[in-house]
Amino acid sequence: MKNEPAIQAHGLTRRFGELVAVDHVNLVIPKNTIYGFLGPNGSGKSTTIRMLCGLLTPTEGDAEVLGYRVPEQAEILKQRIGYMTQKFSLYEDLSVRENLEFMSRIYCIPRAIRKQRVEEALAIYDLENHVRQFAGTLSGGQKQRLALAAATLHKPDLLLLDEPTSAVDPRSRRNFWDNLFALVDQGATILVSTHYMDEAERCHRIAILDHGQVAAEGTPTELMKTMDSNVIEVESQQPMQVRAALENYTDINSVTQLGALLRVLVNKSVADPIDHIKDRLEQNKLVVNINTTHPSLEDVFVTATNKPTHPETGVNP
Amino acid sequence: MKCFTRLFAIIGKEALQLRRDRLTFGMIFGIPMLQIILFGFAINTDVRHLRAAVADQSTTQLSRQLIADMQATQVIDVVTQANTGEELKNLLDRGDVHVGVLIPADFERRIQQKDRAAVQLLVDGSDPIVLATARGLTGMQFLQHTDDSYNQAPRLFEVRNYYNPERRSSVFVVPGLIGVILTMTMVLFTAVAIVRERERGNLELLINTPIKTAELMIGKIIPYVLIGLIQVSLILFLGVKLFHVPVVGSLVDVYLAALLFIFANLTLGLVISTLAKNQFQAMQMTFFFFLPSILLSGFMFPFDGMPRIAQHIAEILPLTHFVRLIRGILLRGAELVSLLPEVYALCIFMVLTIMLAIFRFNKRLD
Repeated sequence: MKNEPAIQAHGLTRRFGELVAVDHVNLVIPKNTIYGFLGPNGSGKSTTIRMLCGLLTPTEGDAEVLGYRVPEQAEILKQRIGYMTQKFSLYEDLSVRENLEFMSRIYCIPRAIRKQRVEEALAIYDLENHVRQFAGTLSGGQKQRLALAAATLHKPDLLLLDEPTSAVDPRSRRNFWDNLFALVDQGATILVSTHYMDEAERCHRIAILDHGQVAAEGTPTELMKTMDSNVIEVESQQPMQVRAALENYTDINSVTQLGALLRVLVNKSVADPIDHIKDRLEQNKLVVNINTTHPSLEDVFVTATNKPTHPETGVNP
Repeated sequence: MKCFTRLFAIIGKEALQLRRDRLTFGMIFGIPMLQIILFGFAINTDVRHLRAAVADQSTTQLSRQLIADMQATQVIDVVTQANTGEELKNLLDRGDVHVGVLIPADFERRIQQKDRAAVQLLVDGSDPIVLATARGLTGMQFLQHTDDSYNQAPRLFEVRNYYNPERRSSVFVVPGLIGVILTMTMVLFTAVAIVRERERGNLELLINTPIKTAELMIGKIIPYVLIGLIQVSLILFLGVKLFHVPVVGSLVDVYLAALLFIFANLTLGLVISTLAKNQFQAMQMTFFFFLPSILLSGFMFPFDGMPRIAQHIAEILPLTHFVRLIRGILLRGAELVSLLPEVYALCIFMVLTIMLAIFRFNKRLD
């Protein structure tokens, strides 16, 4: 039981009419980790999370969450998971305390410890100065802390967080992740979706989703090591021209401009990427400075999501 | 329902939100007060003081007495005089008067002849209620104190008016109005209640908790039951104080009937809230239901006068049964047990709608 993964999914698929939102996704999410879904909007992150907590019925495939089959056993599962929606979904016309008290009752936390749990949550998530404030008047960061407090009141074994930091500032995001690590330390498993690279980098494992498919999966370090592109930095006085000269080659996965620098992802099939690029630029009479550098998670993301998509799934909702 | 905590959590939350929602809170009291004043005072079918013109071509003592007698009935107020029938018609055409009285020159002779009418009434029949009222004048007895030789013809009918001896329409309208106001507010409150949670995103969170559909549904309607009862009390109070509506039957029966009706409307609201995608749609659906309720239930027009098909539709509407119940109890002093078919009808409606609501609502997004 102990070594069983928190979430297992096999061939999980969801269609909305013609659109395939999630396309045969396989997942094994180990317990006691933070697992990230990284992907652009419409890549199927939300739909996958909603299927895993039983909100949506998969069109195909099956999933087991904390040992319960979803969606069949979703109702039992709900007492053991915490869920945070993309949009703030607590009651804006109730105060911070009223919201937490309401959720504590909804989860049937025994009366004896209910008050204590609410007080604890207020302290942990730094909401003590806002107990009587209406949730609707909180700032983005405060709202998000309240939502996390509400989702963890019943001490769930699994937390499903759907883009929890999309509406908060960088400092609040840092604090939020500290809270997540504290929860994992207490034994929880967390599945979080994001489109921020820095957040994905902090996860134990990530799955890069693109067009409803898992484009890459592993620990962030693994993914950077095994990425099938080499990263070349090109320094030039005419970055725009360099960029134009390098685009439209199939062995160059992407060119990204960072000020005067260009970050070029060259396919690993190219034996000597530096010479390869130099040749091309000299043909165009462009003078540049070229170095290899370490890949970042963003490079992994760009490489993984630049792969040609299946024609039937190449739709972006 | 192992854990009543969840049910009470929903009830408590709903009550808190309700208290903070000024508009809804205002509607609880505003709608009954506005409606009772509107229907009680303005919508009045016992028409009096119709504006009338008289063309007295006879100008005898007898004709002047007739005019005085007609005024004394309060049915008409003579506001202007005319000389000819043509002039009367012009006044009617222009809408200056609703009734014209033409007393011919040979009025005194005609009144002795039983086969000819003595006086002509010209009535603006475009409003049937005005016409009916003016026709009432023809039943007027004209006693000639000066001439004993004229004997009244024996009357064929004598009408005895039960339950509403003064024929005040407010007495008839107010009990039904309880039903109309409850239909309007109760259906709307619950129709909007769940849709609003869906619109604001609360529902996605809520259905991801262990809450049961029945707990959510019942928790949502309980606070409104209380509000419905407050409204019933308010309308009854105003009805008795302002319009002297009699409370012949037992108050317990009134409240039992109202309670049943409140539940029926709330569960209907729940069904609407599972069908509507947003609050606007919920309002539209409520109105779609409200209009036939008010028109077909017998609240506005007598049930017996409606075509068969309309009667069948009316039997489906809870308001039809409630109007029968509440008029029976309040005006005729009937007991609830003597009106069981109506009670059963409301019960069946309630059970079917709550089942439909629970069936329609699922804790999924698809």
